[in-house]
Amino acid sequence: MDTAIPGGARLAMWIRAIAAWLVALLLFFPILFMLVTSFKTELQAIAVPSIWIFTPTLDNFAHVQERSDYLLYARNSLITSVVSTIVGLVIAAPAAYSMAFFPSKRTKDILMWMLSTKMMPAVGALVPVYVIAQTLHLLDTTFALIVVFMLSNLPLMVWMLYSHFKDIPPEILEAARMDGASLLTEFRHVILPLAMGGIASTGLLCLVLAWNEAFWSLNLTAANAGTLAALIASYSSPEGLFWSKLSAASVLAIAPIVVFGWFSQKQLVQGLTFGAVK
Amino acid sequence: MSFLELKGVEKQFGEVKTIKGVDLSIARGQFTVFVGPSGCGKSTLLRLIAGLETLTAGSIHLDGRDITRLPSAQRDLAMVFQSYALYPHMSVADNMSFALRLAKADPAVIKKKVDRAAEILNLGQYLHRLPRELSGGQRQRVAIGRAIVREPKVFLFDEPLSNLDAALRGQTRVEIAKLHRELGATTIYVTHDQVEAMTLADKVVVLRDGAIEQEGSPLALYDRPANRFVAQFIGTPQMNVVDRGELPAGAGGVVGAAFVGIRPEDLHLKPAGQGQIGAKVELVEALGAETLIYLNTPRGAQIVLRQNERTSLNAGDDVGVDVALDHLHWFDQNGKLIAAAH
Repeated sequence: MDTAIPGGARLAMWIRAIAAWLVALLLFFPILFMLVTSFKTELQAIAVPSIWIFTPTLDNFAHVQERSDYLLYARNSLITSVVSTIVGLVIAAPAAYSMAFFPSKRTKDILMWMLSTKMMPAVGALVPVYVIAQTLHLLDTTFALIVVFMLSNLPLMVWMLYSHFKDIPPEILEAARMDGASLLTEFRHVILPLAMGGIASTGLLCLVLAWNEAFWSLNLTAANAGTLAALIASYSSPEGLFWSKLSAASVLAIAPIVVFGWFSQKQLVQGLTFGAVK
Repeated sequence: MSFLELKGVEKQFGEVKTIKGVDLSIARGQFTVFVGPSGCGKSTLLRLIAGLETLTAGSIHLDGRDITRLPSAQRDLAMVFQSYALYPHMSVADNMSFALRLAKADPAVIKKKVDRAAEILNLGQYLHRLPRELSGGQRQRVAIGRAIVREPKVFLFDEPLSNLDAALRGQTRVEIAKLHRELGATTIYVTHDQVEAMTLADKVVVLRDGAIEQEGSPLALYDRPANRFVAQFIGTPQMNVVDRGELPAGAGGVVGAAFVGIRPEDLHLKPAGQGQIGAKVELVEALGAETLIYLNTPRGAQIVLRQNERTSLNAGDDVGVDVALDHLHWFDQNGKLIAAAH
């Protein structure tokens, strides 16, 4: 059998491959540049044209830890993203369950409405949310961030879980009911194991989103509850721009989630295809 | 005495009434088959009994207990679904023992029951496999096994054979019949296939548009169908129902009869020019053991004749037909049976 690829197809393949590499490089370049800059001195960092061969230094990282408590910000990021994701899943799962298995005439409308709230710019809700947080003395607390992160990710969580639950044939749940399962047993022994992949990918995605969130952490927190996003922002300050320190702070901020994302990319992609590929 | 009793059962989905007042009583140990065309409400009726749908009106009693409002889990019924609905993440053994484990039964008892069910269903060597590693027929048996281990008061089957291929369907049908004979369990079986209904049932319930058209033993329904619908639904090929004018003048008749029903085996082929009526061959289906001959009468009626002998007839040939006049079914203008000669 002739398996040779015709000349035209081979050329097209090469063009596609080169284009893909170019796009990937373009997307990755700022991160690479940031990583490289974080090992430069401030003078090297502002040199034009930029220097690519230099003796790397770890001074910037030391400075970041010295000036601000990196671990405090990291802890805040970790707590807010993990707790908001877990609480969100606990709230979204029953909602998605009822919409997937007991749909009413308005289920589709509710889903659309929930998604539409994501279309609103966050700044539109800034004043009321700020006033509420202030009145309840929740400014600069991780609790406020957890609530806000959880609420802003909730529509996505419900949507993703809904589509994953939809993939479970309802007869299996009916069989469980015939077998004597209560609602909770049914959830624990049938839905949870069957939708575990979907629940995990939903959780991972929301974890990443909450970790990367900057708008609310900048506006609702200060020194106590600031997340890593707030730490980075503090380096683009009126004191003047310190590119290499800003880069070092950024590298420290994104490193955990990049590593995390690398290891869970399969689940993330699976989650984003909304359970369509099985 | 009635074991399962349905009284005035109704079900309405939105504006549509799918079950329109069903009264039915099923005796202990009886094998009852709900049969009817698709959309007749037979599956809905089964789901109402199972508790997977709630009744709009009426009541259901099982073994003297009102189960109308009980959740499925408390009704002591087991169901075999059309799609088998096995738990994909559990092994065959876990699938079968799920209900017992939920009920916190003694592990030794569970093992005994699962082993016994596996033995009955010939599943012993598959107990540790996942459903996706089994063939369709094996999955079907696991679904039945899951029902057996529970020792329910009533087995419910929702078109359990429709996902199997023809050969396996026939074989599984025989197995289900055998199983019922061995276990003696009360069974309700839903199918659209009247052959399954005829071969399995102690009692056939024919449904149409959410109401019972007729119930009775398979042969009672075959011999004395209550109306044209049942007459033509039970039996393949279906009963010929023609205008009474199609019959020869001397065939007699019944007062008020508008239509006459003749089973295909009650027509007999004669050479052209002989027989009570003349007809032209339209199509011959030679099935081996039997031959179906589709005929057109001079007045335009289409009838089908069944005989065990083979034939050399071809489409377009003229033939004569004799009618077994002592086997006729007479229907009035509305299709209701007036008289049957059996």
